[in-house]
Amino acid sequence: MPDLLIELFSEEIPARMQGKAAEDLKKIVTNGLVDAGLTYASAGVFSTPRRLTLSIDGLLSESPTTREERKGPRVDAPEKAIEGFLRGAGLTRDQLTEREEKKGKVFFAVIEKPGRPAADIIAEVLEGAIRNFPWPKSMRWGTGSLRWVRPLHSILCILTDETGTTVVPMDVDGIPSGGTTEGHRFMGNGRFAVSGFDDYASKLKAAKVVLDPQERADHIWADATNQAFAQGLEVVEDAGLLREVAGLVEWPVVLMGDIAEDFLGLPPEVLQTSMKEHQKFFSVRNPKTDRIEKFVTVANRETRDNGATILAGNQKVLFARLSDAKFFWENDIRVAEAGAQAWIDSLQNVTFHNKLGTQADRIERIASLAREIAPSVGADADVAEAAARFAKADLSSEMVYEFPELQGLMGRYYAGPAGHPLEVANAALEHYSPLGPSDDVPTAPVSVAVALADKLDLLTGFWAIDEKPTGSKDPFALRRAALGVIRLVLENGARVELRSLIELSFTSLFMSLAGTWKMGSLRANYQLDDNMNILLDEEGNAILASDTRFIYRISNFETILEEWKNGCLVRRDDCRFLADIVDRGDLEFEIDAEETIFDKRLHTIVNPNLIDSLLSFFHDRLKVYLKDQGIRHDVIDACLAMPGNDDIALLVKRAQALSEFLKTDDGENLLQGFKRANNILSQAEVKDGVEYSYGGDVKFAETDEERALFAALDQAGGAISPAIEAEDFAAAMSGMAALRAPIDAFFEAVQVNSDKDIVRRNRLNLLSSIRTICGSVADLTKIEG
Amino acid sequence: MTRADTTPKSFQEIILRLQAYWAEKGCAVMQPYDMEVGAGTFHPATTLRSLGSKNWAAAYVQPSRRPTDGRYGENPNRLQHYYQYQVLIKPSPPNLQELYLGSLEAIGVDMEMHDIRFVEDDWESPTLGAWGLGWEVWCDGMEVSQFTYFQQVGGHDCHPVSGELTYGLERLAMYVLGVDHVMDMPFNAPDAMIPLSYGDVFKQTEEEYARWNFDVANTDVLLRHFEEAEAECEAILAQDHIDPKTGKRIIMAHPAYDQCIKASHLFNLLDARGVISVTERQAYIGRVRALSKQCADAFVQTEAGGYSA
Repeated sequence: MPDLLIELFSEEIPARMQGKAAEDLKKIVTNGLVDAGLTYASAGVFSTPRRLTLSIDGLLSESPTTREERKGPRVDAPEKAIEGFLRGAGLTRDQLTEREEKKGKVFFAVIEKPGRPAADIIAEVLEGAIRNFPWPKSMRWGTGSLRWVRPLHSILCILTDETGTTVVPMDVDGIPSGGTTEGHRFMGNGRFAVSGFDDYASKLKAAKVVLDPQERADHIWADATNQAFAQGLEVVEDAGLLREVAGLVEWPVVLMGDIAEDFLGLPPEVLQTSMKEHQKFFSVRNPKTDRIEKFVTVANRETRDNGATILAGNQKVLFARLSDAKFFWENDIRVAEAGAQAWIDSLQNVTFHNKLGTQADRIERIASLAREIAPSVGADADVAEAAARFAKADLSSEMVYEFPELQGLMGRYYAGPAGHPLEVANAALEHYSPLGPSDDVPTAPVSVAVALADKLDLLTGFWAIDEKPTGSKDPFALRRAALGVIRLVLENGARVELRSLIELSFTSLFMSLAGTWKMGSLRANYQLDDNMNILLDEEGNAILASDTRFIYRISNFETILEEWKNGCLVRRDDCRFLADIVDRGDLEFEIDAEETIFDKRLHTIVNPNLIDSLLSFFHDRLKVYLKDQGIRHDVIDACLAMPGNDDIALLVKRAQALSEFLKTDDGENLLQGFKRANNILSQAEVKDGVEYSYGGDVKFAETDEERALFAALDQAGGAISPAIEAEDFAAAMSGMAALRAPIDAFFEAVQVNSDKDIVRRNRLNLLSSIRTICGSVADLTKIEG
Repeated sequence: MTRADTTPKSFQEIILRLQAYWAEKGCAVMQPYDMEVGAGTFHPATTLRSLGSKNWAAAYVQPSRRPTDGRYGENPNRLQHYYQYQVLIKPSPPNLQELYLGSLEAIGVDMEMHDIRFVEDDWESPTLGAWGLGWEVWCDGMEVSQFTYFQQVGGHDCHPVSGELTYGLERLAMYVLGVDHVMDMPFNAPDAMIPLSYGDVFKQTEEEYARWNFDVANTDVLLRHFEEAEAECEAILAQDHIDPKTGKRIIMAHPAYDQCIKASHLFNLLDARGVISVTERQAYIGRVRALSKQCADAFVQTEAGGYSA
């Protein structure tokens, strides 16, 4: 059985595409061959910057002949039907056979497809693969119409068996197949013929091409770590970079070079990022000092000076790059030492979202929220506010502009020079966390306060402009933010009233969008007509306000006034959104009518539905989070129905206790008893049209079981309410557990529906005590089963 | 033909060698376009000539202006005015990579000693409505050229495809000449009658333009000129194809394109003055792109653009 070797030789394929392209080539060609009946023993695939290579061993030399039997119409069927059958089968009438079946004589056709030689099938499959290759981006070149990732130059396609090697003839858009290839662009020596995979691989190696990307990566890593080790250093691991670099060379030559002394004072992350992003260098660390002291670059050729010229050139480029980085660093430190205010000011010109104002607006909101949150997480309010104001300052720094991935980290470096304490520095880095479900949650109180404020502002902002996640779409990562809030609260044991925080966040959002109306700073007041005024403050910001409810900020006062005079006042883009929120009913402004226009106080009222909708989003996320911890959704629902459900820590405490309780025998039985009591009671209430909620009177009790239940409920009530008060849900649960036996005994012995109305009503009232007492722990009606 | 067995001595020698090399390879050696542009691609010999079915091969130096890159002549390799060397060949020949490598040899880069790499870099010009695939070419880790196969220009698919080479002349020359600061680079031969450095020629102008670009340019005037260029471009293209005076079919693609180039440069100046906000930026780019599309539409209706009656 022959072996097949295919090589598609082109101009340089982007490193990031090589791996998938090789796999795609294998999949498409082998699927195509197998579909056509050509099975094989094994297949291997390789890539270099200039070639994709597929080697298939033990391929059938031709596809097997296939024989298909098809049942046709009856012999006495109308002529039309028989003709149709013949057409479909591609046969003539004399080629059909007749067979006796239950319904009579029926035509049968046998269609035989002869096998085809492997070469025909391969040519067909490979041409299809080349023409329809799934490159992420492809191009045309010259005058041709073929698309490939970069110009395709040659197609090697040979079949090899014991009799020798033959080229599979084909031609794709003017590129004929052949039996030759070429080696390294600079170190190779022209085209050469190959006779099979082993010959191909070894001739390539002689022509300075390592075919297997894994072999290149292994070589690079081994050589780099050896060179570093010899000097007591270690290479910083980076699997992605290694893969990429292995895709940039056919003949890897590892060179280690020095980083000039001038740059060793830069933060290691800066060195590493600059070297990797711009130059694709590995960083080499000194384990004793923990500094990045050298770099490793991988060249694509050997030279007679053993890479000295290449290394010198690379070092020079690195010098220029790091000079830039050092320039950024020094400029940034200067701004930081001046208090970093220039950064914070310039964030006024950076749009966060066109409906949600600038980054500066956002920071203002986060700062006031962080202040409010601080006491509940044990942080100092002033420090938390300062941290929030500083946390995003580095977004304006030159270093973060150059390397966005260093945001937060640079903030931590710059906080000290800006005169901030360590807590503020750490908050700059940590307030973005947790980023994913497995990311660590910050524990420092100031970081927690800022992280919570940051995420809450994000959520309320996008909630207000109706950009909620739908299905798989969550472009602003709001689910991640909500889970972040949940984890920050729970893992730090923080007690916060989420509802009031959400309300606060909405209020500060709307106020910040409306603009700050500074009392007493008004410079002028233009009465436009009976109920429309333009108020102008010291800074020239204007507010258009009606006496009753409508208000918005105007940036260009003169224009507005002109438009108003000409009777063509239009809503400006920068205030249309707020007006929309007001029109939608999510927000009301009230201006005290009694006071003069200069003293009018502004009140905002956030629509509770907006708050509820965000709170329930948190609850949904919490359900997902607790489900992963083995707490059923109905248990969570039972606890969500209780007061204080915006206190996540309390909610989870209750849910955990209830979940544990329901797993016990007592819990399971008490739940049944409760449900029975509740059902009887509900039915009676519907029937009688009254609500039984007074509790019964033991003096109307007729049986011991009844009296025992009275006593047990008294006792449980006495035990449960202080336990709930103290948030000792385990104690509350065991209080309920004590009811199990008396309730069971009661239902065993007592018929609720007595003939005596007073006894019946008393018993129903007794059952209502069960409902009340259990209901103070959780809403057990929500529990399934 | 001066082949590269000697290392060049000056910036201008490198330019001269590139001119000679590409002339020998059959390119029409053209002169810089006489307008302010941000890159050699804007020269109509590239932008317009990459459109349509007619073959083309041109090489030229193009002074390029990027107002935001001004550093008062102090940065070792950032300039608001610099030179690009541009080659455009349509259809792209199969040996374009080899031709390119030959040009590096011509200016004294020894392929035996240096590490030349083609690193993925897709090119896109939002203002020209153009994109292509190719590489940035690295020499010992330094980007020395852009290599692009044009796929679309002015919203038109390129057929045949042009191959475009762009050399950043100062940077490439600094590397070849072993100079660390652009201003120190010999402009003419160091042993010339009057040796001049790049700084002798350009240090002062870099300072002057940096000050004007960043702080002085009258933004109201620039804005007005932008609007005027835009209006003129559209007005030119709105003219009847038949010239009433001569009775000939004359579509004024080039004069219209001049206005498009003008608008593009004015936008760059406004950007450097910092008066264009992030949201406005997209709108301005869109307006320039609309002009370049219309110019491309007009050019493909001309004879040079492959039109035949």
